[in-house]
Amino acid sequence: MARYDRAITVFSPDGHLFQVEYALEAVRKGNAAVGVRGTDVVVLGVEKKSTAKLQDARSVRKIVSLDDHIALVCAGLKADARVLVNRARIECQSHRLTVEDPVTVEYITRYIAGLQQKYTQSGGVRPFGLSTLIVGFDPYTGVPSLYQTDPSGAFSAWKANATGRNSNSMREFLEKNYKETSGQETVKLAIRALLEVVESGGKNIEIAVMTKEHGLRQLEEAEIDAIVAEIEAEKAAAEAAKKAPPKET
Amino acid sequence: MECVFGLVGNGFAIVAADTSAVHSILVHKSNEDKIIILDSHKLIAASGEPGDRVQFTEYIQKNVALYQFRNGIPLTTVAAANFTRGELATALRKNPSFVNILLAGYDKETGPSLYYIDYIATLHKVEKGAFGYGSYFSLSMMDRHFHSGMSVEEAIDLVDKCILEIRSRLVVAPPNFVIKIVDKDGAREYAWRESVKEAVAA
Repeated sequence: MARYDRAITVFSPDGHLFQVEYALEAVRKGNAAVGVRGTDVVVLGVEKKSTAKLQDARSVRKIVSLDDHIALVCAGLKADARVLVNRARIECQSHRLTVEDPVTVEYITRYIAGLQQKYTQSGGVRPFGLSTLIVGFDPYTGVPSLYQTDPSGAFSAWKANATGRNSNSMREFLEKNYKETSGQETVKLAIRALLEVVESGGKNIEIAVMTKEHGLRQLEEAEIDAIVAEIEAEKAAAEAAKKAPPKET
Repeated sequence: MECVFGLVGNGFAIVAADTSAVHSILVHKSNEDKIIILDSHKLIAASGEPGDRVQFTEYIQKNVALYQFRNGIPLTTVAAANFTRGELATALRKNPSFVNILLAGYDKETGPSLYYIDYIATLHKVEKGAFGYGSYFSLSMMDRHFHSGMSVEEAIDLVDKCILEIRSRLVVAPPNFVIKIVDKDGAREYAWRESVKEAVAA
């Protein structure tokens, strides 16, 4: 029987794990995804690459629920995502069964990251080709959180972050424009960040808002279009204001 | 001595269970809730070995929840009943669970339903069912007074008649009962019937 258990992810002489870095390349080619944490909501957004005419758009849901109070979006290999999401969902229920408590966002992030790390240090397997943005509310304190994991298995908490295609531009935008927001303002910030890199319009963006009371809510295309229109109007007003003052000297 | 019974009415299903947790001659508590809410529109009333009862029903509850997250839609009542029976059957000749179950649910398409699942994985869809010594009295009472499509008031009246029979005719009758209902608005607690209040610490 041929050996199928040799390590595939091994160190290079200068200390790199090339398989992990190549996995990050796969992430960089994935859909743009953004997450923003507000004081009472967390918002996830992802670009929707134009669906083929014959494809049923509803079967391609990129923002998924892991539990009543946790949601996830990922960038990278979608098939790998299915496996990871399935394991995470099982862990959420398993945790509830054994300790009679829902998971915290940190716990499930740690679990997913741990799984991603395991696949960088096991024989015969390759790393998962995706980074995830995980949002949710702590079941007892009600505090909202946003976490990111990557193929190396590293994870950290963020106020706002982006991953996937053009994530650097989105992150730059967020760094420049982030402030503590709540409700609709948080949604607007997420959409504005996505619009930096994605074609404008409700049919190119998928947005989901999570609140403590109502859980995850996917926004309808019409709602997104309305907010995009608001943003465009604000942008136009700002442009006009910039041009007006010089005439008042 | 555990009594569980239930029936299907007009657009709803109702289950009642005694609430005593007994070990030999000692009553641990008389407000033990034996009817677990499986999901928004399903109830499981369980009786049997206490450890198995909680372990098995919670296991079913978490698996039903997992199905919903994986598939985006909830299980139908008949599917949940068959899943439950399947788990009992698989475990039967290895590590069996001594739990008797009445699974009540409401589906938008098919309305209310009640399933009788005993500890050796028998599955029957029924309009009325009961487990335990109390079944001798509650089934007879239901045979006499039940008719298809009862209203909530009529059904509660029948449930109370059954509870009265059990209290008066069963030698070690449980003092308290809990009644839960499931209809289009979901699964929820309906009422308690207490004749002995659990002592509250001062």
